[in-house]
Amino acid sequence: MALAIARDVVVEFPVYGRRQQSLKRSVLRAATGGILATDSRDHVVIRALDKVSFEFNEGDRVALIGHNGSGKSTLLRVLAGAYEPVTGSIEVQGSVAAMLSITLGLNTEATGYENIFLRAALMGLSKIQTRDLVDDICDFAELGDYIQMPMRTYSSGMLMRLAFAISTSVSSDILLMDEWLSVGDASFGEKAARRLKSRVDDAKIMVLASHDMGLVQRSCNRFITLEHGLIVSDSTSYPT
Amino acid sequence: MSTALSRPALASAFLDVGQGLLQVRIWHMLAWQEIQQRYRRSILGPFWLTISTGCMVAGMGPLYSKLLNQPLGIFFTYIAVGFVLWQLIAGLISDCCQSFISAESYISQMKLPLTLHVVRVVWRNTLMFAHNSVIVFAVLVFSPPPFDSSLLTSIAGVVVLLFNALWVGLVMGMLSARFRDIPQFVNSILQVGLFLTPILWKIEMLGDWRWFALINPIYHFMEVIRSPLMGAGISGQSWAVVGVITLLGWTVTMYAFAKFRARIPFWI
Repeated sequence: MALAIARDVVVEFPVYGRRQQSLKRSVLRAATGGILATDSRDHVVIRALDKVSFEFNEGDRVALIGHNGSGKSTLLRVLAGAYEPVTGSIEVQGSVAAMLSITLGLNTEATGYENIFLRAALMGLSKIQTRDLVDDICDFAELGDYIQMPMRTYSSGMLMRLAFAISTSVSSDILLMDEWLSVGDASFGEKAARRLKSRVDDAKIMVLASHDMGLVQRSCNRFITLEHGLIVSDSTSYPT
Repeated sequence: MSTALSRPALASAFLDVGQGLLQVRIWHMLAWQEIQQRYRRSILGPFWLTISTGCMVAGMGPLYSKLLNQPLGIFFTYIAVGFVLWQLIAGLISDCCQSFISAESYISQMKLPLTLHVVRVVWRNTLMFAHNSVIVFAVLVFSPPPFDSSLLTSIAGVVVLLFNALWVGLVMGMLSARFRDIPQFVNSILQVGLFLTPILWKIEMLGDWRWFALINPIYHFMEVIRSPLMGAGISGQSWAVVGVITLLGWTVTMYAFAKFRARIPFWI
C-alpha cells in the first residue's frame, strides 16, 4: 500500500536577521522564488508552498516541474518527512526512499565499510539487514580494497559510486528524487542507470523534480507544475 | 502558527523523545565517529582527553591547596572530582547549544526524531567523561573514600545529571537554533563559571556568602556526585534541588518542545 495525500499544505520559511522595514506591507513577486511576505508578527517569510493539495496513488510517476525556487525541493522534503507543514496536512503511507542528497551522512574520515553501516542505519535498515546487503553494495561500487580505506582517500567519482550503491541498495514503496541520479564513467554509468531504473520500476510511487523535459516525458505519467509554491497545473500530459 | 497546544502536538513530542532515545545504533555511531574524527591518526586517540584533564588537575591541585592553605591529599581529590565533573557539565551545556545547528543537513533532508541529535551530543560527552573519569579513579585509589552504599548515589547522580542534560539539550538546542546569540552568550558565562562554582574552592570558605554557591544549580548537580566520594555522605539538600530541577525542567521542556518541534527545521 502506497499513498501520499496532501491537503492545503503551506510551508513558510521565516527569514530572521533581515531588516524588515523595506518589506513591510509589501508582497514581492519575482520570476523565481517563493512569495516573500510578512507574517502576523512582521517577520519576513518565504512562502515556499502555498495551499498545495494532491493525492498520489500507486502507479503514479509524478514529475515536479517549475522554475528554480518554485517549491519543488521543498515539496520533496515535505514528502520525505523532514518538513512539517505550517498548516494543512500530509499523509504518507509506505516506505519512503528520499534520494535527495545521496552523500548525506557520509563521513570522509571513516572507511567506506563503516560508512555503509552508518548510512544504512540512517536509511532505517537494521544491522542484520545491512550485513546481508554489504557484499552486494561493495561489489556494485567496484571499489575493491578501497572499501577498507578512509573515504578521504577516494576520488569524487568513487565517493559517488559508493553513495549511489548504498542509496539504491533497497527498494521502497515511494521514491523521491531531486533530478535523476547519474554517476560514474561510461561503463559504471550504464550499470547505475539499470539499477536506478529497476528501483524506479519497483517503487509504487515515484516523485521526480527535474528541469529535463525529455527525461520527465519519458519516465513520468503525471506532471505537476509549480509556480511560486502554487500548483498551477496537474495533468497526465506534459504541459505545453 | 497555532498558539494553542493541541493534544497531538504533545503526543508527537513524546513520540519524538522516545524514538530518538531508541535509535541507539545511530546516535552511538555518530557520537563515536565525532570523537574518533577529532583524534584520527593520533596514537593515544581520545586518551588525550584524559591526559589534558590530568595535566590540569595535577597543576591546579597543589597550587590551590597551597593558595587556600588546605591539606593536599583530600583537597587534591576534591579538585580532581570537581574538575572532571565541570568538564562534563560545561561540555554538555556548550555542545547542547549546537545540537540542532550542527545537524542541519540531516534535519532538513531526513525524517529522523529531533531528539536523536540531542542524544548524540549527550552521548558524545558521556564517552568523553568516561575517558576523563580514569583520573577520578586514579585519585580515589590514593585517597579512598569510606566504602559504603552512599557511593552508589554518586553513580545515580551521574545518571540523573545525564537525564537532565537531555532536556537542557532540547531547550538550548531550540533557543540556539532560533536565536544565534545564545551559544555565544552561554560560552561567555561558562568561562567564568569554572571560577564561580565551588570547584577550586569550597563552599565553607564563602562564610556569609554561602548563598552564592547555593543559588548555583551546577553546584547541586556536582554535590550529589562529589559529596559521597569526599566521604561527606549524601547531600539531602542538593538532591532535593536536583529533583525539583529535573521535574520542572522536563515539564517546561516538553511543553516548549511540543509547541515548537515542527518549527525547528525552519530555524536552522
